Amino acid sequence: MAVYKRPELIADAPSGYCPGCLHSLATKLVAEAIEELGQADNALNVISVGCSALNILYWSGDFLSVAHGRAPAAATGIKRTNPERLVFAYQGDGDLAAIGLAEIMSAANRGENFTVVFANNQTYGMTGGQMAPTTLIGQKTTTTVYGRDPQTTGYPMKMCELISTLEAPVYVARFALNSPKGVNDARKGLKKAFRLQMEGKGFTFIELLTNCPTNWKMTPLQTLEYMNTNTIPYFKPGVYKDKEAQA
Amino acid sequence: MGEKRFMKGNEAIAEAAVRAGCRFFAGYPITPQNEIPEYLSRRLPEVGGAYVQGESEVASVNMVYGAAAMGTRSMTSSSGPGISLKAEGISYLAAAMLPAVIVNISRGGPGLGSIQPAQSDYLQATKALGHGGFHAMVFAPNSAQEAADIMYAAWDYAERDRNPVLVLMDGCLGNIMEAVDLPPMREIKPEDAPEWSLSRRNGRDYQGNITPIYTEPILEGINAMAGEMYKAWEEDDVKVEEFMVEDAEYIIVAYGIASRVSKEAVLNLREKGFKVGLIRPITLYPFPKKSIRNLDYDRVKGIIDIEMTIPAQMREDIELQVMGRCPVYEYGRSGGCLLDDDGVYDAIYEIITGGDR
Amino acid sequence: MVEIHAYLCKNCGYCVKFCPKQILEIGTQRNRHGHFYPHLTDAGACISCAICASMCPEGAIELPEKGDA
Repeated sequence: MAVYKRPELIADAPSGYCPGCLHSLATKLVAEAIEELGQADNALNVISVGCSALNILYWSGDFLSVAHGRAPAAATGIKRTNPERLVFAYQGDGDLAAIGLAEIMSAANRGENFTVVFANNQTYGMTGGQMAPTTLIGQKTTTTVYGRDPQTTGYPMKMCELISTLEAPVYVARFALNSPKGVNDARKGLKKAFRLQMEGKGFTFIELLTNCPTNWKMTPLQTLEYMNTNTIPYFKPGVYKDKEAQA
Repeated sequence: MGEKRFMKGNEAIAEAAVRAGCRFFAGYPITPQNEIPEYLSRRLPEVGGAYVQGESEVASVNMVYGAAAMGTRSMTSSSGPGISLKAEGISYLAAAMLPAVIVNISRGGPGLGSIQPAQSDYLQATKALGHGGFHAMVFAPNSAQEAADIMYAAWDYAERDRNPVLVLMDGCLGNIMEAVDLPPMREIKPEDAPEWSLSRRNGRDYQGNITPIYTEPILEGINAMAGEMYKAWEEDDVKVEEFMVEDAEYIIVAYGIASRVSKEAVLNLREKGFKVGLIRPITLYPFPKKSIRNLDYDRVKGIIDIEMTIPAQMREDIELQVMGRCPVYEYGRSGGCLLDDDGVYDAIYEIITGGDR
Repeated sequence: MVEIHAYLCKNCGYCVKFCPKQILEIGTQRNRHGHFYPHLTDAGACISCAICASMCPEGAIELPEKGDA
């Protein structure tokens, strides 16, 4: 038996992501978790807009590509009519925390029985590195060239914290993908979320802290260190809600 | 097989949708269409369907996008301001080639406009339902019965074309009560899910994917295919009612509620000896071009566009077919003020005679 | 035992950084996409922990079976 086998839910080709981009690692982890649960044929990936849309050419399982920010709405239509499917939305921070804020909060509040995987890299990567709702204070982007100023742009949105205040969600957790431990925890968290969904327990939300070497203008290894010193202290990894553990 | 019921136009739409096999509805409250979501919120669970009250029109149409991708007959309804918000999702439905039925029970506009009925969304419905230059078939029933019949057939068109279908009806027709002969319940089994859909209930065991984004040469090809489809609609799918047109010297063109008031005026003017007829587009897109283009313009002295909106919006489509061969006039009410028999009669009389009644 | 699929590699360096035995290094050959890619410097020292494979964003490293080390 293999110690580590590449998941079959991703194409046997390089991803469309830049070197060192943790989006592709996140996608791989999702694929691993689904395959470990034996749900590869049953899984349906709701692909959002942004760099996440690169999965159109990378995800080998069923997928539906949807409008910017609307993945939780489309997933609602899918899951309500096909409750037996394993349905997950894969969204970035601009998609989920800005244009799709109403959709994510409302789907979470309805307790829709699907999983949202939220890749948070604090920037609009696909469009060239503009400020995202999760951009850190002082972080430079193409639309905050002097660093994000909270006086005019507010503060980075903490989605796990927000969603965990709602009654319905059953599992809300954040993991950082810049270390082997974070990756292992994320894999376990994803598996738990998908298992809870298949048990019909309700809405599950997994936030994955990722990076953007290209738009942060760093080497891949530098981004991992930046995450340690800047991202993780603000977006603290952890389980924010776990109804199963509370029960 | 049929079953006769006295019901509102909006309710007829909802019940006919269920009988056509619709099993998913998502919508957001807006007047004057609220009877549709209200009816379906209790009716769909009875037949194993799902109803979701969305957080917005934007979300609702995207819920429909998701359900339609699974091969489920799905619909949403709204009124003008909400249809504007749904424009994004309708454009994505067209791009992803997903069938769905959108109902617009129209009201006064622009903006929040008026909650009273109006026919102010013709241009939106026929020319620009969303960005990117696509069309949907647009049906404009003029009675609760016709609304039910159109809804019953709407998914057949949508699935044939893999394209959204719009049903455009004003708030008057949505809310008046009429006798409706309801069609029989159609049973659609899970294994009937279309081959292209993401359903696995139909036995598909290979990757299913649906996307509204394409690489350049593929998108150009898809645009061209859509163009061919629109042309085919003009040949095959135009629906129009022609009433007392054969000898008419003045032709009224009117759809929906305006066509009912106009028909009354035609009958009254005929009693006075005026040779007046009515062309009623039932499909606004494809527009019944031939009915107007092929008129005998040696006989026809004028065309009168009557709409419950000011300025008239269908006029340009009419003029393109008249090609300057006779004058085109217009009369309407707007902003939620209703067309009435006397107003329409007087307007036509004045146009025909050049003077007051 | 570590198996490196060079054609998938984008030379991010994560495997090299996180290898607890520090037996991976980026080589001087480029793959078909123009990226340098890693190789094992001391295969016998590999403990098959799979951290390199786990951290690889592209899934370019597999461990088909348990090594002896």
